[in-house]
Amino acid sequence: MPLLVLQRLVSTIPVLLVVAVIVFLMLRISGDPAAILAGDTATSAQIEAVRQAFGFDRPIWEQFLGWIVQVLQGDLGESLFTGLPVTTLIAQRIEPTLMLALTTIVFSVLVAVPLGVLAAWRSGTWIDRAVMVFAVLGFSVPVFVLGYGFMYVFSIELRLLPVQGYTSPFVDPVAFAQGIILPTLTLSCIYIALIARITRASVLETLNEDYIRTARAKGQVERTVLFRHALRNAAVPIVTVIGLGVALLIGGVVVTESVFNIPGLGRLVVDAITRRDYPIIQGLILFFALIYVVLNLIIDLAYTLLDPRIRY
Amino acid sequence: MTAVVDKTAEGAIPPGDEPTPAPAAPASHLAGTLRRYPLAAFAALVLALIAFGAVFAPLVGTTDPTALNPAARLQGASATHWLGTDHLGRDVWSRLVYGARVSVVVGLAVAALAVVVGLVIGLFTGFIRWLDPIVMRVMDGLMAIPGILLAIALVSVSGASIVTVIAAIVVPEVPRVVRLVRSVVLSVREEPYVEAAVSVGTPLPKLLWRHVLPNCVPPLIVQATYVAASAMLTEAILSFLGAGTPPIVPSWGNMVAEGRLLFQIAPMNLLYPGIALAITILAVNILGDALRDRLDPKLAKRVGQR
Repeated sequence: MPLLVLQRLVSTIPVLLVVAVIVFLMLRISGDPAAILAGDTATSAQIEAVRQAFGFDRPIWEQFLGWIVQVLQGDLGESLFTGLPVTTLIAQRIEPTLMLALTTIVFSVLVAVPLGVLAAWRSGTWIDRAVMVFAVLGFSVPVFVLGYGFMYVFSIELRLLPVQGYTSPFVDPVAFAQGIILPTLTLSCIYIALIARITRASVLETLNEDYIRTARAKGQVERTVLFRHALRNAAVPIVTVIGLGVALLIGGVVVTESVFNIPGLGRLVVDAITRRDYPIIQGLILFFALIYVVLNLIIDLAYTLLDPRIRY
Repeated sequence: MTAVVDKTAEGAIPPGDEPTPAPAAPASHLAGTLRRYPLAAFAALVLALIAFGAVFAPLVGTTDPTALNPAARLQGASATHWLGTDHLGRDVWSRLVYGARVSVVVGLAVAALAVVVGLVIGLFTGFIRWLDPIVMRVMDGLMAIPGILLAIALVSVSGASIVTVIAAIVVPEVPRVVRLVRSVVLSVREEPYVEAAVSVGTPLPKLLWRHVLPNCVPPLIVQATYVAASAMLTEAILSFLGAGTPPIVPSWGNMVAEGRLLFQIAPMNLLYPGIALAITILAVNILGDALRDRLDPKLAKRVGQR
């Protein structure tokens, strides 16, 4: 087993390498990187200075090697605007994003999985239809429309919750809870839609199996049949989608943080775009891609726990 | 939103769908499809209306969507301004109608480009064995980058215009199409008629065109609708974040972005374009689901319809 885990680990290297090449080339496909970094108003002498400072005058493979060695040492470069290392900026901003992601994942799974099981169990009825209508809706309503819709109803009309902002749970847990409710609801919708769809399809398939009939014939309580027998055997695709959905979640975080004015990594990206602070954009893309790949690797390896038939 | 995770090509287990089973019938007339799926027919009607409005924008009660009139700013709905005016006194209804043009163009262009590029790459990848692992690793790498971030970065390095926005949205959509086409090619490659064609020496391009391509068309039509929905969503998000269509162009994303400033005073200026966007994307998704049931019965069956 350790050998195969190692193999799986090694197989992520080419993916990460491709990501690194894409991020590296991004600045260079669209013309002169020195001119882009120097900005629209730079003189040719300033552009030349930037070219020298960043080493854009060296051969491209040499630049790439130098850059990749830096990245492997945990150096993502410095912000053009503040001069701070990108890794420092990420560390400063990661808490709100992490909290929002955690509350969203927990809330989504707690809502979506029972909803999907219910829809499969009562397939063809109005319950099933309602869940599926919600799933299509969740996919179609843009995150910011949801966010502003919730904000309009709960914060402006009903005045129940704060409009915007973020408070750390380590500072004031109550304010944190109040502030995180709407962003979590907003971000969860698409994720719930995705997970509920897969749960329904996957459980529906297992419900046709012989062991389900056997369990029922034994006189098992229906709840045990559904959750112990059906859901357990349907778990692998559900967990896979939870992992793949993290890509959706990352995109959603960027938007949700802008809507609710949360000072996390998403806002860091958006601010970097307006300031054309490319090292931050590049660093964050690498960072998010790494999280996505590592998370899905962990999920892959966790299959053995969920389904003993899968062996590494 | 956002990189909508593709709903047809995500591996062995496709997601669920409406419970009403569609009895398998070979005939596939559009009219028949619409009669069997009244919801999809309604969605098609809505999309036709939106397309009509986008094409004939000057004729549907609009004025110049960029004409400023600060004296008449933030007005409510009236006979002259059907949906009121925004913070610069521009007519919201006109901006909404002209904004549909951006969404329609982006949706269609991205769907067409992503399908064509993905199709060409997928066809050759599936058939040329040494190419396959290389191309697929590149696709894996592209898919590991969240689509919105990739698009944002591409627009920010190449400058914002409709063309760069379309190109930036196409890039993250291509890998999904490639995977779909490749999976079809891999299953078709072992079919006797393909082996026969190979053994009589059919050149590869002709083989792909005559024998493989037709098998890819039905799933691709379905995938194209999802790509269009996802593209419109991404365009709006890019504009919303200030990395999309240039602010002078009236687009739904830009309207939402501008509406943020005065959201607490005039929430409808943000919610109108948001709702328009949601309705459009919903209609495209409903149409896509109906097309999938109709054109891709294998997939519909795997979904678990009894």
